[in-house]
Amino acid sequence: MALKDYIRERFFPHMWCAGCGHGTVLNSLLRAVEQLGLSKNEIVMVSGIGCSARISGYVDFHSLHTLHGRALAFATGVKLSKPELNVIVPMGDGDALAIGGNHFLHAARRNIGMTAIVMNNKIYGMTGGQFSPLTGIGGMATTAPYASIDRSFDVVEIAKAAGATYVARSTAFHAQECTKMIHDAILHDGFSVVEIMTQCPTYYGRKNKLGEAPDMIKRFKDITTPIGSKAKQENPDLIERGVFVEKNLPEYCAEYDKIIERAKGGA
Amino acid sequence: MSRQVKFVQGNEACMEGALYAGVQFYAGYPITPSSEITEGMAMRLPAAGGKFIQMEDEISSICAIVGASLTGHKVMTATSGPGFSLMQEGLGYAIMAEIPCVIVNVMRGGPSTGLPTHGSQGDVMQARWGVHGDHSIVALTASSHQDVFEMTVEAFNIAETYRTPVILLLDETVGHMREKLEIPEPGELPLVERLRTNVREGVNYHPYLPREDGRLPMSDFGGVHRFNVTGLYHDMWGFPTSDPKMVHDLIRHLIDKIENRVNVLARYKEYYLDDAERVMVSYGCSARSALHVVKDRRQRGERLGLLELQTLWPFPADVVKHCCAGKKSVIVVEMNTGQIVHEVKKAVDSPDNVFLANRVDGEYITPPDILKILRLIQGKGV
Ligand SMILES: Cc1ncc(C[n+]2csc(CCOP(=O)(O)OP(=O)(O)O)c2C)c(N)n1
Ligand code: SF4
Ligand SMILES: [Mg+2]
Repeated sequence: MALKDYIRERFFPHMWCAGCGHGTVLNSLLRAVEQLGLSKNEIVMVSGIGCSARISGYVDFHSLHTLHGRALAFATGVKLSKPELNVIVPMGDGDALAIGGNHFLHAARRNIGMTAIVMNNKIYGMTGGQFSPLTGIGGMATTAPYASIDRSFDVVEIAKAAGATYVARSTAFHAQECTKMIHDAILHDGFSVVEIMTQCPTYYGRKNKLGEAPDMIKRFKDITTPIGSKAKQENPDLIERGVFVEKNLPEYCAEYDKIIERAKGGA
Repeated sequence: MSRQVKFVQGNEACMEGALYAGVQFYAGYPITPSSEITEGMAMRLPAAGGKFIQMEDEISSICAIVGASLTGHKVMTATSGPGFSLMQEGLGYAIMAEIPCVIVNVMRGGPSTGLPTHGSQGDVMQARWGVHGDHSIVALTASSHQDVFEMTVEAFNIAETYRTPVILLLDETVGHMREKLEIPEPGELPLVERLRTNVREGVNYHPYLPREDGRLPMSDFGGVHRFNVTGLYHDMWGFPTSDPKMVHDLIRHLIDKIENRVNVLARYKEYYLDDAERVMVSYGCSARSALHVVKDRRQRGERLGLLELQTLWPFPADVVKHCCAGKKSVIVVEMNTGQIVHEVKKAVDSPDNVFLANRVDGEYITPPDILKILRLIQGKGV
């Protein structure tokens, strides 16, 4: 199927600013779905509220655009009630780890079979550039006019600690890598998290004097490095990209099937 | 027919009613005095082929049932005051996106953590207006276990018929009290199944285009029709819009589909109303004491009657107006500082003849409590 067949053309043009990194993620996602050869009827996209969350409306899958931070909770209901569906949850950094942080932890803890794609632009894009839990110390935002004193989360570390069984990170510069990770995350039987560092030139870029979109994208190349690279040893400040966790543990819906058997008097 | 007879708590009656109605998915978070429903579902639902999940809080509980409803299942959650407060945003979502679901609130004393193990009827107005923005809602209640069972079935039927969340407002007293429950045979009570679209694959299906009768056939997630569901104002495809006409049409549709059916949705019981000089209007646990007083006074020749409301929202104003017409006085019995009493005043011809009999100290309002107030109203002194 051609990529455009996965798109709801009638709902374009999209609402993202020129140069927004979220579009790259959409592209990678569609390529991953295409490579997997999934039928559109088998996929449910569940998203919260934010610029990132709007992805769900543009794709021709079943789409559920929900409440800020609550996407994984809605998605849990979708998945557990119909486990044969592929549930993909595109999330903003605020969506996933501020207001929705608790749901993120618990979805990971349950190891329920769905894929969270955290589009980390280190800012609240939709509401106009307030700081997020990913902005970090020294970052500038409309609610941190004197620079942020809030420490930053690390999406990968949180996902790992909470029990996600597939955890990866890439950036909007590394589109092919993103596609591969999303592909593998969807295939993975358990809770998978793919963090993709994206650029918000409109707010994060402007507030933090990082230039235009192309400058920000290029910067992703400069500030990241593959996991365990020599560059990382020499420069510990580099952010690692790659697959951090990939392991098989009992998936929640499959475990619940065993509960049904037990309750019915079997096993 | 041989009905199964059980001696149970009201909360179990609610759970039995939900199972009878065909609940297939339940998400909840424990809270007194509703936990027996959640525990009961954990025990019974998997054996019935359904799914139970204990979520991390009440916010996620209501979100999860909305998600499960969209895959084509009958869904429910149960909670009490603090949890019901947390559910309001999700409840508004279910209203906006027109998702059938049942939310049980076993009321306890509030505000805040309040009185966890004591009865109250303080959430009646929250059920009506807890969600931000203009909207309408259906809320049912019951005073006996048999009625709790039946109203639970009704809640599912109404939710499926009108694509709407339905609130079941029980209270701690009824929820924890034990009495007899006869489980109806399968087929005794009518069950409404979800109306699904007959639009074929490849033909445009509009999830938000009402049929001529106002109903909106659904299509399950995972089926052949792919559409968007959102809490934003949306068009007939479910895609966000801020077009003034579409916005206006949608808010009218959401409100009218309920408010235009006030009489269809009205569930109530009448006791000795025909020749009554004075009428009590009550609901839930309070109605039990009210009925006791009515029967007792009748034996002494006093012409007292009771209108027991089972639909609280949309408020059955016509029914109340009719039942209270020409009566010397109307006494609203409820366990709050006065919530339904204001609706009754609005509904009747002579609001000055409407009085409140209430109790708000966490103790159950007893027949002697009501009797005292009755005597005061009658000028007989306590
Ligand atoms: C309960 C609630 N609180 C606040 C908001 C306002 N709000 C909408 S999106 C958003 C933040 C979006 O940031 P992020 O999740 O990082 O997504 P981005 O727009 O950056 O992609 C906020 C605070 C809301 N919609 N709902
Ligand atoms: S505000 Fe930022 S995140 Fe939102 S669309 Fe514009 S660039 Fe993208
Ligand atoms: Mg963001």
